[in-house]
Amino acid sequence: MLDSKVPAGPLAEKWSKHKFEMKLVNPANKRKFTIIVVGTGLAGASAAASLAELGYNVKTFCYQDSPRRAHSIAAQGGINAAKDYQNDGDSVFRLFYDTIKGGDYRAREANVYRLAEVSTNIIDQCVAQGVPFAREYGGLLDNRSFGGAQVSRTFYARGQTGQQLLLGAYSALNRQIQKGKVQSYTRHEMLDLVKVDGQARGIITRDMVTGKIEAHEGHAVLLCTGGYGNVFFLSTNAMGCNITAAWRAHKRGAFFANPCYTQIHPTCIPVTGDHQSKLTLMSESLRNDGRVWVPKTTELAAKLRKGELKAADIKEDDRDYFLERKYPSFGNLVPRDVASRNAKEAVDDGRGVGKSGVAVFLDFADAIQRLGEDTVRAKYGNLFDMYYQITDENPYKQPMRIYPAVHYTMGGVWVDYNLMTTVPGLYALGECNFSDHGANRLGASALMQGLSDGYFVIPYTVGDYLAKLGNFNPVDKNHPAFEQTRQEVEQKINALLALKGEKTVDDIHKELGHIMWEYCGMARTAEGLTKAKGLIQELKKEFWSNVKVLGENEELNMSLEKAGRVADFIELGELMVDDALNRRESCGGHFRLESQTEEGEALRIDEEFTYVSAWEYTGDDQPEVLHKEELVFENVKLTQRSYK
Amino acid sequence: MSAHMNLTLKVWRQKNDKSKGQFVTIQANDIADDMSFLEMLDIVNDDLTRKGEDPIYFDHDCREGICGMCSLVINGRPHGPKYGITTCQLHMRSFHDGQTIVIEPWRAAAFPVLKDLAVDRTSFDRIQQAGGYVNVNTGGAQDANNILIPKRIADEAFESATCIGCGACVAACKNASAMLFVSAKISQFALLPQGQTERYERAQAMVDQMDAEGFGNCTNTGACEAECPKGIKLTNIARMNREYLTAKFFREEDIHN
Repeated sequence: MLDSKVPAGPLAEKWSKHKFEMKLVNPANKRKFTIIVVGTGLAGASAAASLAELGYNVKTFCYQDSPRRAHSIAAQGGINAAKDYQNDGDSVFRLFYDTIKGGDYRAREANVYRLAEVSTNIIDQCVAQGVPFAREYGGLLDNRSFGGAQVSRTFYARGQTGQQLLLGAYSALNRQIQKGKVQSYTRHEMLDLVKVDGQARGIITRDMVTGKIEAHEGHAVLLCTGGYGNVFFLSTNAMGCNITAAWRAHKRGAFFANPCYTQIHPTCIPVTGDHQSKLTLMSESLRNDGRVWVPKTTELAAKLRKGELKAADIKEDDRDYFLERKYPSFGNLVPRDVASRNAKEAVDDGRGVGKSGVAVFLDFADAIQRLGEDTVRAKYGNLFDMYYQITDENPYKQPMRIYPAVHYTMGGVWVDYNLMTTVPGLYALGECNFSDHGANRLGASALMQGLSDGYFVIPYTVGDYLAKLGNFNPVDKNHPAFEQTRQEVEQKINALLALKGEKTVDDIHKELGHIMWEYCGMARTAEGLTKAKGLIQELKKEFWSNVKVLGENEELNMSLEKAGRVADFIELGELMVDDALNRRESCGGHFRLESQTEEGEALRIDEEFTYVSAWEYTGDDQPEVLHKEELVFENVKLTQRSYK
Repeated sequence: MSAHMNLTLKVWRQKNDKSKGQFVTIQANDIADDMSFLEMLDIVNDDLTRKGEDPIYFDHDCREGICGMCSLVINGRPHGPKYGITTCQLHMRSFHDGQTIVIEPWRAAAFPVLKDLAVDRTSFDRIQQAGGYVNVNTGGAQDANNILIPKRIADEAFESATCIGCGACVAACKNASAMLFVSAKISQFALLPQGQTERYERAQAMVDQMDAEGFGNCTNTGACEAECPKGIKLTNIARMNREYLTAKFFREEDIHN
């Protein structure tokens, strides 16, 4: 059984008590420690800046050409915080409760409560940095509502909240780079973790410009490398988002938790063809004013698809606003998993719209009539423009077409309450870990978690580890573990460069994506998953025998970069399928057709599955071993989620 | 069904920062008009890879116009022929069958070419490091609503803050000036109350770093504003000049380096 190290005591006092009980590092000793931060998104940049401010030496690594480009930048809608500025009944406990419920009771209570608790500090911190959040005319901060909540607690900067928050964290990071406390390595990719005597002591990186394989030593390593949505090939993630750093750490002993929990976001622009490289999200905030519908009959839907009718031709009585109909109290603002599954149902029912028939409408006609086009433009202008650029359709004049797409991964590297993985000295923050969102993440909570982990959790918990480490001496870079790990990385690169088959890496990646979407997407069955496992194993063989990798190591080599990442995605894909097979219940984003209520909602099996699955790697082509962390709920009662 | 087209690409190929580059002509056939421009390049690269030839290296990441990683001068225009978008948001419906498309990297001394169409923009990071922040540590911030900011000011600061740091302004400018980029950050903080304490030091430090990186001066042609995918306004440059001059002439004694 895994020990989550959750402190004893009442929920609301755990974090304060723990902060007091943790050991501190004397200010003069902090500069004797070096901390490696991999990834510079919200979690990584905020952690690196905060740790450097405390006096630690920090090294940051990102694969992009600048820390500012990490994919947190693309988050649109907002960030939650229990400020209760709107006087509408919000509180730390309510944010905690909504997050636990939204996650379908598969998250760890203590972590979620801490997240809600520090959420208010995040807003204060960001405003102090000069993040230009939306304001009301009186000069106070504005809020909006988001899915899964009945209060307005979401802070936002038009449709670019992630950008503004990341640029805030990036500015804090820049300040520390200027002071010489942070060394920033860009266009560098982490390819392995170095362990000395069982502890994380460094990483091996590849300089993507020169191909140089380098060892970097440190007293602790923080993985802030985001999620693994690109295992599906098509997702809302950036093209470069990958699992490699986390996966290599997994192979060095970090357990991987709940890999089957993936979030399919309901409002994305539908796929147009095989050439498509990524999917674009239309922020959930649009569901505040947009109404989701399809025609009531398959006949009308068929006419729409053929272009014989336009959306405006469908009479009000012939429209099915299915979310409003089925969930009158939450309406269009039901959580993402519920909205996605209902869109899929409508499409499977033959009532989908657009040429492909794989889409539903998100209609703003009512909002434009009620508020005026200018107000709608002020709220969502950049999203409407983005939609227009991609589809060549004007959403002010006709409804948007949307369909669910892979967006976020709740699963990730297993961490305890201190965010430490099963490898001492190795931590995981933000989307990279598994800890706060259970089986489904609520909108505007990802930014909150990334910044909570980086600004307000890790500065305390990593200090406790370092204080107990009691060893200020630099890690011995000449320890054989560094050279050995470096050689293993080089061998792997050489093995990839030796592949001279027929298929491109993208061919294999797309095939993997099809398998995952078909069998491990919005609806999963034992039969389908078993089939997928076989297909993935075959695909792995094909990758290592028939893929084509060009060029050499000592250059900017996109063929090599992609090959290494896809090789890891294939292995992760198999673990996701294993995890989905093991979890014979439905919960949040994990929907097993075998386990549903009479009304078709996700049916949990609490007696059997109220645990976190944490998988241990045991060797190449060996089955991974399942460890369980029991989830104990002392403060909320497990119920069937209802948004009706 | 979408319309398909055949195109002739003249692409800048350059092995690395030390070698000399040249234009190479490549055919791109059967391109659908609903593809994005970068998806068209994906297809070209896929063909090259199958033939065992080195694919064209270009920077890109989010593919939704916000990360600022994609670049490309397309037929002489940074981010291509349309206004207000990045290269990754450009779609092939903006081109026609039989067209020749010239694709080059950003060209500026401060942006050396790394390979093919990718350039080194770390000079931008160094300018931000020189002063693009408010000196505030994590923790101890006052309640966010204690700082009242009039909506008009907040909105204006936001407009400046939306710069994505792509470098199109530099690529568009005949002097390779980075003033639009630098002024956007200086403006954001000059407008907001949080940025007041250090506004003049900030302006001076960032401008000094900009000059040290080898970016050119501004001659008010406005090409940067025209090509900026985020619509950053020239008024930012005016504000930066005011901040910088005030720092230089009137506040020298207040500035402690």
